[in-house]
Amino acid sequence: MTASPSLVARTGSLFHRYANPGRFLRLAARLQPWLTGLALLFTFAGLGWGLFFAPADWQQGDSVRIMYVHVPTAILASSGYAALALCGLLSLVWRHPLADLAAVEIGPVGACITAVCLATGSLWGKPMWGTWWVWDARLTSVLVLFFLYLGHIALIRAFDDPQRGYRAAAILALAGAVDLPIIKFSVQWWNTLHQPDSITLTGAPTMSSSMLWPLGLSMLGISLGFAAIVIARLRAAVMESRVRSLLSNPRRRGDAA
Amino acid sequence: MTRKTRRLWLVIACVTCLGAAAALMLQAFSSDIVFFVTPSQVEAKPPPADRTVRLGGMVVAGSVKQEKQGETPVSRFDVTDGQAAVTVRFEGILPDLFREGQSVVAVGTMHKDGFVASEVLAKHDETYMPKEVAEALKKSGKWDPRFGPPPSAESWNTMTAQDAQKTKANPDSPAPAATKP
Repeated sequence: MTASPSLVARTGSLFHRYANPGRFLRLAARLQPWLTGLALLFTFAGLGWGLFFAPADWQQGDSVRIMYVHVPTAILASSGYAALALCGLLSLVWRHPLADLAAVEIGPVGACITAVCLATGSLWGKPMWGTWWVWDARLTSVLVLFFLYLGHIALIRAFDDPQRGYRAAAILALAGAVDLPIIKFSVQWWNTLHQPDSITLTGAPTMSSSMLWPLGLSMLGISLGFAAIVIARLRAAVMESRVRSLLSNPRRRGDAA
Repeated sequence: MTRKTRRLWLVIACVTCLGAAAALMLQAFSSDIVFFVTPSQVEAKPPPADRTVRLGGMVVAGSVKQEKQGETPVSRFDVTDGQAAVTVRFEGILPDLFREGQSVVAVGTMHKDGFVASEVLAKHDETYMPKEVAEALKKSGKWDPRFGPPPSAESWNTMTAQDAQKTKANPDSPAPAATKP
């Protein structure tokens, strides 16, 4: 290594500070009640407001309320996969042990949320578009994302040596990240049945603020819920690996003696 | 260069190559990825009569004619993309969101006397507004849904249902949302 630490080394040390499982467990234990509590609070507030108090849309009527579940899950499906790809990068380049465990735990949660997104989208499509499913670019690319999640879940558990599984799954996660810009821009690049985004960085949201507020709340709540579930699973995984090593170590020592 | 730096560059190179490959593939297949063709595309290059195509565009205001042949409702309407218009004939029940000025996708075949659809899908746009706000915009003459999308979102997205009702009761005063800086 050179005298002045390179950017790569510095980035690595930043992540390695939290690679220490003991430090992660302490931090996560403190965060967990806040995450869970705020997630429940915001989700119930956002969904309650959206489902019962927000106005109905002028042309879609009450069907528009599916949006308060569909949009947050759609955003999380992509963000969850982005997190999976980040874990893959950390795992391949810096051999970050916690990133491997995180990838194992994010996969199933992300797959569930993608399934919810597809299901609510289908339920919304039938009354509005007149069809449960079409093979347009947005819908198809999200279905591909769902299969990428399933592939990742299967691959990371497919080997007897977990390290090999982590490696293969990290490569799949990074390669699959190509799908994320396709999902995001599919509605701009090609004509689709799915409408373009209402909330953009450049323009004013094409949505009444009386619908935007509950949507923002439920988005915040469901995202915090995603984080809370992943952190809880990750804590359990770290503790499990500690228990395993505790259980196997004395036996090994006993064998050697 | 440390091993970590080398691995990082290797990963970046692989992802870049993969991204470029995906982009080229999507570029090559882009005419197959589009969900529908527009009336001007159909007019310029009519597809053969035995080929099913999806035709997308806006329903022209005043062009919808509905009649009943026995028990089945038959509707005719023009679909336009602003440059060309194609007449669509459809036997069956139209989706709830179908109206003049709405974007639709008709699945069917092109014949000499027009497009015969076997299925009509309604496409809704990305605007979401309460009924009262839509009524107020229509009343104030800023928007007629039969002729296309609503005015720019800044002019109405902070308007509440109460504001809209006030505007409706007193149409001379400007909408409160519009007076905001």
